Amino acid sequence: MEAGRAMWRKAFAWLDERLGLNDLYRNLLDRPEPRGNWWNTLGSASLFLFIVQGLTGIFLTVYYTPSPDHAYDSIQFIMEGVSFGWLIRGIHHWGSTLMVVIVFVHMLRVFVTASFKYPRELTWILGVGLLLATLGMGFTGYLLPWNQRAYWATTVGTQIAGSVPYVGDLILKALRGGPDLSALTLQRFFSAHIWMLPGLLAGMIGAHLYLIIRHGESHFPSKAD
Amino acid sequence: MSDHEVNRRDFIKVTTGIVGGLIGAAIGIPAVSYLIAPSLREAGKEAWIPIGKLEDMEIGKPYQFSFTRVQVNGWERTATSHGGFALRNSEDAQDLLILNSQCTHLACTVNWNEEAAAYLCPCHDAKFSAQGEVLDGPPPRPLDRFTEHRVTEDGTLEIFFSAAGSEG
Repeated sequence: MEAGRAMWRKAFAWLDERLGLNDLYRNLLDRPEPRGNWWNTLGSASLFLFIVQGLTGIFLTVYYTPSPDHAYDSIQFIMEGVSFGWLIRGIHHWGSTLMVVIVFVHMLRVFVTASFKYPRELTWILGVGLLLATLGMGFTGYLLPWNQRAYWATTVGTQIAGSVPYVGDLILKALRGGPDLSALTLQRFFSAHIWMLPGLLAGMIGAHLYLIIRHGESHFPSKAD
Repeated sequence: MSDHEVNRRDFIKVTTGIVGGLIGAAIGIPAVSYLIAPSLREAGKEAWIPIGKLEDMEIGKPYQFSFTRVQVNGWERTATSHGGFALRNSEDAQDLLILNSQCTHLACTVNWNEEAAAYLCPCHDAKFSAQGEVLDGPPPRPLDRFTEHRVTEDGTLEIFFSAAGSEG
């Protein structure tokens, strides 16, 4: 027992010397926090939901097929033919709604407590990007079931984007991959939903977290403020 | 502090470990079964296939039959056609030779030719005897046979179909 513990300590010391695990721990998890407040946990909640959505999303791609012929059937199969398919899709479905809500409330909190002020302006701007990318995830994911609701929601959604003066028509065609909603639309929404937007989100989350660790969390404003 | 007391830090550590383990199991078990679900399904390829009334089959003359098997993989249904010839050698209901009409060369469908008294393959002029032996052409082996068969109470001949198609 003692010998085992000593060996483990030695192995850890070897790794720590090379990876700086203790430094990481001190800087990432042991950093000073302002007095606890539940409203300050919304960012972590958003991060958690992003990870959950990522994992359930990866699992869904095991069976989902982004083609007009099979998208609907493949989701029916996930719901009825695969063990716990209903659970994984259910978590992804409800998690997406919850993520939009949580990210939005997180933004409200930062606004209300004025946490976006110097030196955290860039954290706020990245946060705006994160909110928009999250909404983009919701928009692109909504089409993937390829049912009537998905089809018409995307028809209307892309038309709204198309109402922009001068460049609206181009935006509409770029979103749809042509003038009409088609297999190309489904394919590019799928690509955006599983590669482009998640990649963008992950990168921005990384920068957002770096800034939070760099500046520390803002104090809750007191009466004097 | 005495040795028996648990301080708050240790309590949190242990509780986190236990709860984390439970959550891990609650996530891990569905995750693994989700991934391996299709491999746990029964293949469902074996079945008794009715091919016709025994009384309709003339003794000494091949009786042609065909049937379709539908295989469902996920959301995809694949139908495959199969066929063969049942040949009664005598009045005995068990004295039967049931051949698969798929040519053993490149899987074309062979036909019974009355004049030649042989099964002819349209693709590469293969020729099989009424017993399925190779008489001419490129096939590497005799026609496959459906070896398991039975006659139901109402006189219907059924063959046993398995994934391999037939045992020759």
